[in-house]
Amino acid sequence: MSSGSEAPTSGEYIQHHLQNLTFGQHADGSWGIAHGAAEAAEMGFWAFHVDTLVWSLLMGFSFFFMFRSVAKKANSGVPSRGQAMVESIVEFVDTSVKESFHGTSRLIAPLALTLFVWIFFMNLMDLIPVDVLPFAASSAGIPYQKVVPTTDVNATMGMAIAVFVLIIFYSIRAKGVKGFLGELVFNPLNPEQLGMPKVVWPFVMAFNFLLEIVSLLAKPVSLGLRLFGNMYAGELIFILIALIFTAGSGFVGAGLSSMFGDHIPAWFWLLATATVFVTLWMNMKGLLNNKKTLWFVLAELFLVGGLAFVGGQLMHFGWAVFHILIITLQAFIFMMLSIVYLSMAQTHH
Amino acid sequence: MNMNATLILQMIAMLVFVWFCMKFIWPPLLKAMDERRAKIADGLAASDRAEKALQEANQEVEKQIKVARDKAGEIVDQANQRHSQILDQAKDDAIGERQRQVAAGEAEITQSANQAREELRATVASLAVLGARQILEKEVDEDTHRELLDKLIAEI
Repeated sequence: MSSGSEAPTSGEYIQHHLQNLTFGQHADGSWGIAHGAAEAAEMGFWAFHVDTLVWSLLMGFSFFFMFRSVAKKANSGVPSRGQAMVESIVEFVDTSVKESFHGTSRLIAPLALTLFVWIFFMNLMDLIPVDVLPFAASSAGIPYQKVVPTTDVNATMGMAIAVFVLIIFYSIRAKGVKGFLGELVFNPLNPEQLGMPKVVWPFVMAFNFLLEIVSLLAKPVSLGLRLFGNMYAGELIFILIALIFTAGSGFVGAGLSSMFGDHIPAWFWLLATATVFVTLWMNMKGLLNNKKTLWFVLAELFLVGGLAFVGGQLMHFGWAVFHILIITLQAFIFMMLSIVYLSMAQTHH
Repeated sequence: MNMNATLILQMIAMLVFVWFCMKFIWPPLLKAMDERRAKIADGLAASDRAEKALQEANQEVEKQIKVARDKAGEIVDQANQRHSQILDQAKDDAIGERQRQVAAGEAEITQSANQAREELRATVASLAVLGARQILEKEVDEDTHRELLDKLIAEI
């Protein structure tokens, strides 16, 4: 729907929507934008998803300037509405941190606030109808545009890995390098406490290390992939709803084509429009009751393919309403898990 | 879903935003909120204190009113006492005055009576002498019969 002169198939449509705008080195050595998934994959690791970066930075700066403008004017008097809103978010995050993070750190609360609001903003991009920004971008000559950064695994894993780095940092700060490494190899089976002979220690430690490294690495992976999975699935459903709408109109269009051939005559549209107007006029004159009018209009809309349009809008709206819950919840979960993981990193097992 | 260097940039971006937040957003907001919390706590405490002060003032007022009322009662009592005192005194004075006047009147009356009696006696004596002289047809020598005469006068 968004680009190209000929209509894409459903598969192409979905693929197009799921393709990031990738900037990297082409196979021939020149740098530029990848056209198509295959080209993007060829670019290897040293490529950048420009859309993800731009939108996430945009959202990050929105967060920063929104909160900074309030913070600059913040006073202890009667708060303005904006200040009250920002403060309620800050209060909410602060309470969550105080409840879940045991220990003192100046970093954790701002970290939690940043994660929560930033991820919420990025998720919020999902509520913009799927075709709007890609269509605008393609009109401006940009072939691909994936506007929700959190549907890009790079963005979510990037944040998760940053949290992971902090987890390790906090572990080492609380327990020292020795304590941190010791926890990796002396848990859950402590050969010393179990009174094992020295000979088997390396095996037990290797076994422990395997278990512990998995549980350690599971943290960033669960953090990043949970957010990515939820948002990706949500985005996909939006795309599918958009497809249903398109396919619906296409289906009716095909029905009409079978009646009239390739070219639907103008008199059909005039007739359809006139019928709708006549129906409404009769209702106004009291010749048709409301129920009958509704059925007539629905039938007429169905005939010209409008029903699919209305249905698509309704489904889109319904899913968007439900999605408001998801985007908030996912932002909250990411924040809470980060706090909990960082709190766990500080405690001794 | 290809992992690429976006990951690294996103990671850096996140750390930078967290640092921004930690540096520029969190401290002023929390400071304002804490200050407001302190203000509100102060305000509540002040209102508590004011309420207590008001109660105390009310009690004090009641006490003062009670004292004033007692005092007023006392004054009224005193006035009443004084009133009756004055009345009594006036009565006493009046009675005294009356008695004095009565006594004076009586004294005057007694004096007048005595005087009248003396005059009467003298008159009677002279009448007696005159009578006797006429009876005796000779002049009674007053000097020789003084004794007799005095006896006669005393008998009247």
